[in-house]
Amino acid sequence: MTYKGRFRVWRGDDEGGALADYDVEVNEGEVVLDVVHRLQATQAPDLAVRWNCKAGKCGSCSAEVNGRPRLLCMTRMSIFAETDVVTITPLRAFPVLRDLVTDVSFNYAKAREVPAFAPPADLQPGEYRMQQVDVERSQEFRKCIECFLCQDTCHVVRDHEENKTAFAGPRYLMRIAELDMHPLDTLDRKDDAKDRFGLGLCNITKCCTEVCPEHIKITDNALIPLKERVVDRRYDPLVWLGSKISRRR
Amino acid sequence: MAELERHAYDVVVVGAGGAGLRAAIEAREHGLRTAIVCKSLFGKAHTVMAEGGIAAAMGNSNAKDSWQVHFRDTMRGGKFLNNPRMAELHALEAPQRVWELETYGALFDRTADGRISQRNFGGHEYARLAHVGDRTGLELIRTLQQKIVSLQQEDERLHGDAEARLRVFPELTITELLRDAGRISGAFGYWRESGRFVLLQAPAVILATGGIGKSFKVTSNSWEYTGDGHALALRAGATLINMEFVQFHPTGMVWPPSVKGILVTESVRGDGGVLRDKDGRRFMFDYVPDVFRSQYATSEDEADGWYTDPENHKRPPELLPRDEVARAINSEVKAGRGSPHGGVFLDVSSRLPAEEIIRRLPSMHHQFKELADVDITAEPMEVGPTCHYVMGGVEVDPDTAAARVPGLFAAGEVAGGMHGSNRLGGNSLSDLLVFGRRAGAGAAAYLEGLGASLPEVREEHVEAAARAAVAPFGDETVHRTENPYALHQELQQSMNDLVGIIRREAEVKQAVERLAELRERAARVVVEGHRQFNPGWHLALDLRNMVDVCECVARAALERTESRGGHTREDYPGMDPSWRGVNLVCRLRDGSGVELTRQPVPALRADLAALFERDELAKYLTAEELEGLDGTGPGKQRGAS
Repeated sequence: MTYKGRFRVWRGDDEGGALADYDVEVNEGEVVLDVVHRLQATQAPDLAVRWNCKAGKCGSCSAEVNGRPRLLCMTRMSIFAETDVVTITPLRAFPVLRDLVTDVSFNYAKAREVPAFAPPADLQPGEYRMQQVDVERSQEFRKCIECFLCQDTCHVVRDHEENKTAFAGPRYLMRIAELDMHPLDTLDRKDDAKDRFGLGLCNITKCCTEVCPEHIKITDNALIPLKERVVDRRYDPLVWLGSKISRRR
Repeated sequence: MAELERHAYDVVVVGAGGAGLRAAIEAREHGLRTAIVCKSLFGKAHTVMAEGGIAAAMGNSNAKDSWQVHFRDTMRGGKFLNNPRMAELHALEAPQRVWELETYGALFDRTADGRISQRNFGGHEYARLAHVGDRTGLELIRTLQQKIVSLQQEDERLHGDAEARLRVFPELTITELLRDAGRISGAFGYWRESGRFVLLQAPAVILATGGIGKSFKVTSNSWEYTGDGHALALRAGATLINMEFVQFHPTGMVWPPSVKGILVTESVRGDGGVLRDKDGRRFMFDYVPDVFRSQYATSEDEADGWYTDPENHKRPPELLPRDEVARAINSEVKAGRGSPHGGVFLDVSSRLPAEEIIRRLPSMHHQFKELADVDITAEPMEVGPTCHYVMGGVEVDPDTAAARVPGLFAAGEVAGGMHGSNRLGGNSLSDLLVFGRRAGAGAAAYLEGLGASLPEVREEHVEAAARAAVAPFGDETVHRTENPYALHQELQQSMNDLVGIIRREAEVKQAVERLAELRERAARVVVEGHRQFNPGWHLALDLRNMVDVCECVARAALERTESRGGHTREDYPGMDPSWRGVNLVCRLRDGSGVELTRQPVPALRADLAALFERDELAKYLTAEELEGLDGTGPGKQRGAS
C-alpha cells in the first residue's frame, strides 16, 4: 500500500514564492497532514504549517488542496489516485506569512466587533432554563471549529479585498444568527447584521456550507433565516407601519 | 538586544486552554492588567479535544448527588493519593463554575425541565457530566474565548483600547521564566511567526500549559503538549509531584496507523457502549478489582438494568475508572483475544438506535466515518489505550494555586495533586475552571501583598535566555549534528516502550539511561533555515522540555514500587498502603538532571474521612493511619452509629 506520491507545495513568504515539487512516501490510511509531516521530517525541516489536534477538532491546519479549501488532517490520501499530483497551497483570502501559514487576524478582528451575549440582567447563575429544542438551533452553529475555510472560500471577500471592511464573512454572520436565536439573548441584532456586518452582500451561493468540515448548514440554517428576520423587520409593510407609529408615540 | 520586544503586565498567563482563560478572566476582573500567551492561535488549545463533559454535582439528573459524593468518587478514582483539599474545593465549586459558563453564553444540552443535562461517566456514582453532545471542550473554549472578547469590548468602551487590560499574544512560545532574588519577574519567549524575542515583565506568572502527551508515541494529545509548563516550573526552582502517574485512556483509535491514538470518548460507554473481545465476550466483568467489587455488576443483566434503573442495579464494569479499563484492554490484547488491528471492540451499534447514536455522539460518528471508513451505528469500533493525561504536575497550594516559587502559579493539567494517581473522566474540565479561577485570584492576592516591592528583570538573564534560544542554529562551542525530528521520534518510542502502561524495573532503568543520552544529544540539535515560522527550530526548543519532564516520569516510576492508578508495575502488581501516603517530589539539580525526594500526602481531614465507611478506608490506609482517624472522632462516631 506504500507508494511515492507526487506533491507540489507552495513555499515562500509575503514577498513571493513558488510551488516546489516533492516526492514523498504515502502509506495506507494517511491524510495529507501526515505527508506534510513526513516532508518536514525528511526533506523540508523548515516547511511552515499550522496544525494542532490532527483530529479535525481545532481547525488549525486549514489550507487549499488542489484549489479546494480543506483541513489537511481530514483530507485522506485515498481520495487521490496514486498518480495524481497533489498541490497544497495556503488559504487564498488571507495574506501569506510563510509557506502554508497565513495571517488570519481579519477573523479575530471581526469576532471582536460582534456584540457579546447579553443575558437578562436579573437572571442568576444556576437559574437559566431553556428547552433542548430551543437551544439546538444555536448549538449547530456552536459546532464551528473556526477553521475559517468558509471565510476563505466566500467569494464576497476571496478576490475582493475591498469588501473586507464591510463584510464579516459567513463565520461571523453565523455567530450573529447564533446569538439572535439564543433563547436568552436580549439584544436585537437584526439591524447590525445588515448595517454593520454586511449580511446583504451574501447572495447565498452556499460555498461556505460546501467547505464546512463540521457540515454546518451555514447558508440554510443561519444566513437565510437571519436574512428573513432582517427582511421581516425592514421590509414587511405592516412591521414598517407599526414601527413608524410606535416611534411617533 | 535591539530586536527584543518589551511589555509589562501585572500577570502573565502562559496557556490559553480552559485553565488559562479562566485564570485570565479572574485576574482581569480583579483589575489586573493581564497577558495571555499561547503557542497556537487563540481558541485552538487542547481543551477543544475534551469530549465527554464537565463533572459537577448540580444534581439535575439525580437529586441525591452532592459535592460530598463527588469528592468521594474523586478520591476513589485517584486511589486516595489526591490532595484532599483540592478534591474538596473542586467538588464544592464545580457547579458554580458551570452555571457561570451559562452567563457567558454556553449552551449545554438540556433536561426535560430545561436545566443542564448530565451524563454518566466512569467512576462517577451519579450522572454528573454537563455536556454538549460529545464536543464539550469546544463549547468550553469558545465560551471562555467569547467572554474574553466581551471583556475586551468593555475595555474598548471604557478606555478606548480593547487591549487595555487583557491582551492575547497568540503563537508566542515562552522558553524561560525570569526571577529576581527567587521571585518571579517575568517570562521570555519568541513569536513563532517572526522568531523575534519578547520579554513580558510581570511579578506573577500563571502556568496553564497542559500536559506532556507528546513525549509518548501513541497519544490523544496535540503537538502543544510538550510539557513546557512542567519544565519551566522545574527550571525556575519549583517542584513537581506525582509525575509517575500518566493516564492511558482506554479507548483511542487503533486503525488506520496515522490516526492511532486519537481519542474515542468515554461517553460511548457512558451512553451504553460495551467492550468485547474478538469472540464478542464482554470481558470487563473479569476485571473488577476488590476495592470496587461492591459497586459494580457481575452479570450482563444486572449491568444493562443500570442504564434505565440505577437505583436498583449495580454499575456496568465498562464504567470502572480509566486505569482499570486500560489495563484490562491491554491484558486482553496480550492474551491474543484482541481485534484485527491490535485493539478490542467497542460496540454501541447493537446498543442504541442509529439516530440516537448520531444525536449523542456526533463527533465520534463523524471521526470514524471520515478517518477510518467505519460507521459506528452499524459496526463496532476498534479501540486501544492511548496516552491521554498526566496526573503529575507543579506542586501547588490548593487554595491559591501558588507554586513553591513566589509569584508562580499553576492550574489545570500542569498542576499536580488534584487527581491523585488517576483522574476521573469529566474531572479535568471542572478542574480547569475551579483552579483556573483560583489561580487568577491567588495571583491578585499575591500582588496586593507585594505592594511596591516589585521584582526586577535582570538583563543578564534575558541575554542568557536569548542565547539559549538561538543555540540550535549553531554556535562555535558545540559541534551540532542531531536532527530534532529524529530525536523526538526516539524519545517518543522510548517512553512508549519503556515507561508506558505496564512498567518493569529493568525497562524503566533503561529509559533513565536513554534519557540521559537523549539529554546530551538534545544539546547538540541543529536546525536549518531562519527564525521565521520554523517548525524544526520550535521542536528543538520543545525537546529540552520533554527530556526534563520524561526524566521526572521515569525516575518517579522507578522509585514507586507498587501499582496504583496510572502507574502499573508488573514486578509490584499490588497497591501498597505504605505508599498511599507518599508523594514523590521532583526538582531540577544544578547542572540539570532530576532529583527525587519523598514527602507525605496531605492528611485526610477527619470530617472528609467520615464521608467513607471504615471498611472502605481500610482498603487504602495503613493501620496506623486508620487508628489516627479513629482517635480524632468523626470516623469513630460513624462506626458507633
